Amino acid sequence: MATPKALILRAPGTNCDRETAFAFEAAGGAAERVHLNRLLDQPQLAEGFQILCLPGGFSYGDDIAAGRIVGSLIRHHLDEVLREFVDAGKLVLGICNGFQILLKSGILLPDAADGHAPATLAWNESQRFIDRWVHLKTNGDKCVFLKEIEKMYLPVAHAEGRFVARCSDTLKSLDQSGQLSLRYTDAAGGEAAYPDCPNGAQLGVAGACDATGRVFGLMPHPERYLEPTHHPRWTRGEAGEVGDGLKIFQNAVQYFA
Amino acid sequence: MTLWEIDIYPSADERDAAADSLIAAAADLGLASDLQVATSRGFLIQADFNRDHVELLSDQLLCDTVVEQAKVDEAGADALSQPPAPGLSQLVYVLPKPGVMDPVAQSTMTAIADFGQSAAAVRTFRKYWLPELPPPLFDKLCNKLLANDAIEQVIVGPIPFEQLSFGKPYEFALATTSIRQLDDAGLTKLSKEGQLYLTLVEMQTIQKYFNELGRDPTDIELESVAQTWSEHCSHKTLAGRIAYKDEKGERKFNNMLKETIFAATQEIRKSLGDKDWCVSVFQDNAGIVRFDDEHNIVFKVETHNHPSALEPYGGANTGIGGVVRDPMGTGMGAKPICNTDVFCFAPPDVDPETLPPGVLHPRRVMNGVVSGVRDYGNRMGIPTVNGAVYFDERYLGNPLVYCGNVGLIPQQHSFKEVKPNDLIVALGGRTGRDGIHGATFSSAELTSESESLSGGAVQIGNAITEKMVLDVLLEARDRGLFNAVTDCGAGGFSSAVGEMGEKIGADVWLDRAPLKYDGLSYTEIWISEAQERMVLAVPDHKWDELEELCSSEGVEATIIGRFAPTGRLKLFYYQEAVGDLDMKFLHDGRPPIVREATYQPLPVKPLKLPAAKSCDFAGDLKQILGSLNVASKHWIIRQYDHEVQGGSAIKPLVGVLNDGPGDAAVVRPVLTSQRGVVVSCGMNPRYGDFDTYDMATSAIDEAMRNCVAVGADPSQIAILDNFCWGYTDRPETLGSLVRSAIACYDMAIALGTPFISGKDSLNNEFSYFNDAGEKQRISIPPSLLISALGQVDDVRRCVTMDLKKTGSKLYVVGKTFHELGGSHWSLIHDQPHGAAPKVNAAMAKSTFASLHKAIHGGLVRACHDLSEGGLAVAAAEMAFAGGLGAELSLDNMPHDEAAKHPISLLFSESNTRFLVEVPAENEKQFQSVLAGIPHAAIGTVIEKPTLTISLKKTKLVSASLDELKQAWLAPLDW
Repeated sequence: MATPKALILRAPGTNCDRETAFAFEAAGGAAERVHLNRLLDQPQLAEGFQILCLPGGFSYGDDIAAGRIVGSLIRHHLDEVLREFVDAGKLVLGICNGFQILLKSGILLPDAADGHAPATLAWNESQRFIDRWVHLKTNGDKCVFLKEIEKMYLPVAHAEGRFVARCSDTLKSLDQSGQLSLRYTDAAGGEAAYPDCPNGAQLGVAGACDATGRVFGLMPHPERYLEPTHHPRWTRGEAGEVGDGLKIFQNAVQYFA
Repeated sequence: MTLWEIDIYPSADERDAAADSLIAAAADLGLASDLQVATSRGFLIQADFNRDHVELLSDQLLCDTVVEQAKVDEAGADALSQPPAPGLSQLVYVLPKPGVMDPVAQSTMTAIADFGQSAAAVRTFRKYWLPELPPPLFDKLCNKLLANDAIEQVIVGPIPFEQLSFGKPYEFALATTSIRQLDDAGLTKLSKEGQLYLTLVEMQTIQKYFNELGRDPTDIELESVAQTWSEHCSHKTLAGRIAYKDEKGERKFNNMLKETIFAATQEIRKSLGDKDWCVSVFQDNAGIVRFDDEHNIVFKVETHNHPSALEPYGGANTGIGGVVRDPMGTGMGAKPICNTDVFCFAPPDVDPETLPPGVLHPRRVMNGVVSGVRDYGNRMGIPTVNGAVYFDERYLGNPLVYCGNVGLIPQQHSFKEVKPNDLIVALGGRTGRDGIHGATFSSAELTSESESLSGGAVQIGNAITEKMVLDVLLEARDRGLFNAVTDCGAGGFSSAVGEMGEKIGADVWLDRAPLKYDGLSYTEIWISEAQERMVLAVPDHKWDELEELCSSEGVEATIIGRFAPTGRLKLFYYQEAVGDLDMKFLHDGRPPIVREATYQPLPVKPLKLPAAKSCDFAGDLKQILGSLNVASKHWIIRQYDHEVQGGSAIKPLVGVLNDGPGDAAVVRPVLTSQRGVVVSCGMNPRYGDFDTYDMATSAIDEAMRNCVAVGADPSQIAILDNFCWGYTDRPETLGSLVRSAIACYDMAIALGTPFISGKDSLNNEFSYFNDAGEKQRISIPPSLLISALGQVDDVRRCVTMDLKKTGSKLYVVGKTFHELGGSHWSLIHDQPHGAAPKVNAAMAKSTFASLHKAIHGGLVRACHDLSEGGLAVAAAEMAFAGGLGAELSLDNMPHDEAAKHPISLLFSESNTRFLVEVPAENEKQFQSVLAGIPHAAIGTVIEKPTLTISLKKTKLVSASLDELKQAWLAPLDW
């Protein structure tokens, strides 16, 4: 089939759209950056794409809460379009602020019967923004984006990334269904305490997917580790030939092969 | 309409983090040791909503019900005044003052409308519950911790009003100022009370101009002249006539900057001939140099000192916002690619009881400044990759905040030209009453009264607005929709339009400028320094396309005038002509300032070193590693996103645990290319206490060293100057500045390193009256920051400072002199004497060139420059960053005879020195590349995690890496 196309959705304050588009291109896909207002005007635009990506940044300045304003816009104007997009077997990826938006819009995890979101990304335990590299391991094989990935080393850069479920039952059922698909670990692959888990997330959750495995959100930035020189210790010879993050984009593109 | 209040508290399982940090801060400041507090954040919404609708908004929009819980009621209702816990009976609201930017409220208004009905107004607040406290302590808490009076109001008890206040509609009245009859005393009074901050001679010149016109000026005319002639906008002192005298004799300058720093660049460009890689220097908002075949890079560093002293968060926030607009307003607009930030503070452990009136505690200043830079830079999506922090008691009333930005611009867009009859278009944020008199205020000295007098000069930024402006600006540039652009910085429209229209003329229709709220006079519109605004010169036939582009991304673009070819600045408010000035008078009419400057070098008092009986210097080393200037700045660095844009190649923190202090950061601005931009800086205010000439040459040498140490090509490094000085009306203060400018010239010429842009901030003094009623002054030390912009052809050739491999040889490059004056060894031993480091510029040039050749040739595994704390500190940093030990013997270390004392060898801060890790197999080649440069193998990298340094078999230092690293990490591990 033709090269899969990724729609990189940018809202006011989105700021990782260019490098994320570059990552999809480096993975063999095509990418187009589209402003949220354009999609709101012409929701049918989405039909021409196989992948929807919500990149990192500070959409609407994280005002009220990170991802809240775009999440609310999606709930009011784009809910149907996005559900059709997912139902058509296509892929949705949210990175950092994109993950926050996917949770707040109800696209990644459907609201509970009482109309409330089952989980959120709350303020980091440290109460501040943190930029550091973290060790990650995958959990289960549900998530399409994480196919054939066991572990990764990627940077996080966020203030609101602490994954919290509404109650312990919710957390348990998400875990059992294999949706809590990406976890922070320590350098040896064991359970992560701060700062290996940079935000205090429950069960060290760094990324989660929906029930189909085709909608995925994660706090770390895979687009920031494509090349060896992105690695913080490449001058020590510790980087691989390609960056760990590239595989996520390749998985998305190759899903349509 | 009803005023609804929504209070949002952490849910029962969550900790009240805002309360925790308040409790900690109260303890830090010695206000209360065991304070009990509860907090909430909240919204006031003025609207015709019923309770159900407000509860829906709370549930679905405002409150994150997973981790928060809300209370909804009409403002003032009893239910909102019920303490959340027993004993917390004092209720305090903190709200932004009317007219202060409240970005969250703006976004909330928009989001609320999506729920079907619009609100008339929204304001955010913070709410604090405190126990019953003695009134003096309660007031102190409110003023020192809960709120900043410059931008926020404190309300004790329930919300006492039923409506949010809006501005009142403005009623036009043309104001003129009678200036023609005033005597000298009257002119001086007018200058001061009108916050014009002009000198008597300048006031007399204005008086004469209007006498000739036969009329008095309108207020807006007077303001326009004051802004254009302000120190901040015209740099009249340094670009003025100066008679300078020092130990070598007298020198007269007609334009001091032009004859020193600019002149050096001109001479260098001339000597480079066809190979000149400078593109545009000292003319646009930022300097421009060549990068690759398609792009140029631009660089600008600004200061935002006075606003940061009054409101650290807002001051630093708008400092970075402002400097980012400089590259955006350079040429036809550059894309910002990285930030650099350098701060000077008083030590954070100052006793709060000893603070002079009107001074914020340095800890609060630090926290505010760092958060301000973080929130603006991160939100703009610009990596903050480089910086430094210096501590000195003299920055107490007058902290320094230097913010810099590098941008990337396609070569064909590097120049701009306003065409006659172009439309004047305001782009971006709306105009409000924020930042009135910022330009003139920043040119005055701070006093304990500044807070009340100049609160309006403090601004709050909204980074997302600027990001949106950036997005459309670059698109409009690529589509060719305008002829010129500049930023609205100090002086607002007055300065932006005045500059752009200088050679043509301008008609401005002030009533058309979009306002944040009603009530602004025509003069306030003209001089407001509201943030996030750019001014474009747009040809008529491009306007429709520009307007459509902007509206498609929700950015406001408004025609506010025309560059009419009249040679005059004509200002209108509806049909009324409110100002009419000759552009020539405005820009060339200022009488030249003539100043005296003197410099008397201090005699060098020899520093007597203790007889080398006790030879254990591990304690000294740890103490220096733990001194504030040297200690790790990870607390700051990690709060900045230093990797956004995806081009990070050398990060600010390096080494085996990603926490060693890198010399300079490297980014790849073009993702398809391996070419890199290197950013570094150099500064050492302590040397200025000895000789400002040596301080300047040392700062340049340090900035160059940092750049070269990671692999930058020294023949293609451009530098920037930022002079922050005290009160330059004093000849000796100005003299110390002129001396350093001469040093800049000498050093630039000798190295062939051009200055491409610069900025000065003068009169950085704080005055107050002590308890005895005597006037006290605190002047900052002379503070010259040199920022360097280097380039590497392939980032894969860069090196970092962490030790890499057991068995490598360690080479010291450069010669050590007995230069402990102003050093950190002297600092910890309270030694005022000695000589500050000098630079041998010719040796520096060849050292940089040779070392670069070695790094570029792949002969080097690690390289670190020797700066504060000298060789010992550099060795310790390299070792613990790499997690490998080192064994050093200083017997063969190249040194001057006077520097043979172990303290000199270990801790002297002589310039142009590096410590280099060289693989054993590269030694021969390394030595041959370094031929002619002082260098010696002085040690080996070892497995065992210890640092040992010996001299003639005597051990000077023996310490575990762990203890050294802890000493370095601990002081600022906040």
